[in-house]
Amino acid sequence: MADIIQVKNVSKSYWRDSIETSVLHDISLDIKEGEFMALMGPSGSGKTTLLNLISGIDKPTRGEIIINGTDISRLNESSLAKWRSNNIGFVFQFYNLIPVLTAFENVELPILLTKLSKAERKQHVETALNIVGLNDRMDHYPKQLSGGQEQRVAIARAIVTDPVILVADEPTGDLDRNSAGEILTLMERLNQEFNKTILMVTHDPHAASKAHVIRHLEKGDLIQETV
Amino acid sequence: MKILKLIFKNSFRHKLRTTLTIFGISIAVIAFGLLRTVVTAWYSSVKAASANRLIVRQSVSFIFPLSYSYREKIAQVPGVKEVTFANWFGGTYIDKNNFFARLAVDADTYFEVYNEFVLPKDQLDTFKKERNSCVIGADIAKKYHLKLGDVMTLDGDIYPGRWEFVVRGIYQPKFKSTDAMQMLFHWSYLDETMKQEMPGRAGDVGWFVVLINDPAQSASISNQIDGIFNNSTAETKTETEAAFQQGFIQSSSAIITSMNFISFVIIGIIMLVLGNTMIMSARERTREYAVLKTLGFSGKHLAGIILGESLLISFLGGGIGLLLTFPIVSGFSQFIPKGIFPVFEIEPITIIFSCGSAILIGIVAALFPIQRALTTKIVDGIRFSG
Repeated sequence: MADIIQVKNVSKSYWRDSIETSVLHDISLDIKEGEFMALMGPSGSGKTTLLNLISGIDKPTRGEIIINGTDISRLNESSLAKWRSNNIGFVFQFYNLIPVLTAFENVELPILLTKLSKAERKQHVETALNIVGLNDRMDHYPKQLSGGQEQRVAIARAIVTDPVILVADEPTGDLDRNSAGEILTLMERLNQEFNKTILMVTHDPHAASKAHVIRHLEKGDLIQETV
Repeated sequence: MKILKLIFKNSFRHKLRTTLTIFGISIAVIAFGLLRTVVTAWYSSVKAASANRLIVRQSVSFIFPLSYSYREKIAQVPGVKEVTFANWFGGTYIDKNNFFARLAVDADTYFEVYNEFVLPKDQLDTFKKERNSCVIGADIAKKYHLKLGDVMTLDGDIYPGRWEFVVRGIYQPKFKSTDAMQMLFHWSYLDETMKQEMPGRAGDVGWFVVLINDPAQSASISNQIDGIFNNSTAETKTETEAAFQQGFIQSSSAIITSMNFISFVIIGIIMLVLGNTMIMSARERTREYAVLKTLGFSGKHLAGIILGESLLISFLGGGIGLLLTFPIVSGFSQFIPKGIFPVFEIEPITIIFSCGSAILIGIVAALFPIQRALTTKIVDGIRFSG
């Protein structure tokens, strides 16, 4: 399998009141197409920052990030927005669903920007909700769903555009054990059945154990590789 | 689902806050509409002025009289079609609060020059024949339940005494802007009394009204008239009727300027109210905007969503306010003494101003939230907890 994600000598620093805080130091990392990788590490180790850089919602201070042949660190904001909508599916720890929209409408959001017809959008949304097992909850609002169900809606939203890469930041961090198990099973299924490349940040060793590859970050450095 | 649905749902996410904001905007638009209506009503006499009428008055002040003898000289100026005149009588009818214009006029010519006062021929003929008769506007007749043959008694102040007039005519206004709150009686009747009781005031005329053939000649005719009386004991100032009315309004310019100013201050207040709502709303949704960005929504999309919400609220508030302004202005006009404003109604310009303001307010109130949504980095937005 070819490398779909190539992180080359990436560093990231933040400036707060003229004080530079270095978060990532000269990171290099390759992820193969169809791989399920877990990024682990203590709080402040830079794992979410690395995830943000790979998903194109933040830019590196130095280095290159090449995704599927595109150096995203060179894209401007509008090109990056379009690239994200076509290539990346996001799953957040706190689901981040829009509370005034139903499950169906939340999942439909990313494809509102496409040229799909209403009927095509409906088909895509129903397929995504079917994959996450929530086609009977499509008219429910987020507050009418359990945490696990909300996260499944968020996953349906992430996959509705059929992106090649899924990034998940602590997707089970706000869930009970059973719900977390369901989400991990769903992610495994997306990886295996739908060949999604998944990059997941987690604190939870049990969650990480579902991944093919686990990489550890410690104070901004990748410290070891476990297969 | 469409973006419009998202805009609508977002706008009413906090129902109480949005309702109060809409209510606040409505109240402000009503206040704006009412003030603008008062201001435009103030100017209605200027707008109703005829272009082919000139007013000749004493150059020092309107309150000083001119001599009746000026009439013949004015009539001889080329381009003058007719000359009539009037005197402000003042006085009290029943109660001091009953305000309307009471004028001593030249019965033979006044209705020719003021053809917007529509009086049936038989009534005009009767009026001309009876020296103590008067003609009243239809609004006076309606307000005081007067009919032909009734006697109106005035207590004089400028011209002391008790004056009785028989109503022989009731004129109808030709246009909506025509003042139907005037009482007109024979100047000759007043003058005869003056000759007997105050000879020094006999032959005094308040002002002349000159009907001209060509409004384009008003400036040269005015100059010629004033030239005739240069270096006389009572020099004249001749101006168009519109300029004459404008001169009256000038005396109230401070009030009108204040009202104009306040009406636009109200617009500023609405902007602050809606701006505050939009800022709170956008701040609460900082994380959502960041999430929308991650989903591929561009700055243009977010700006459209925020602007849409702002415009929706301002349109609702403005629309409700404008709709309510009509009955409120109508009700308000009932409490204004007839004769102060010949016309008191919402002008198209006020409606345009209100609608324009609603659009402007919606746009301005959205600017800061849009700027904030666009400049907040996705990573900062996702971390935001507000």
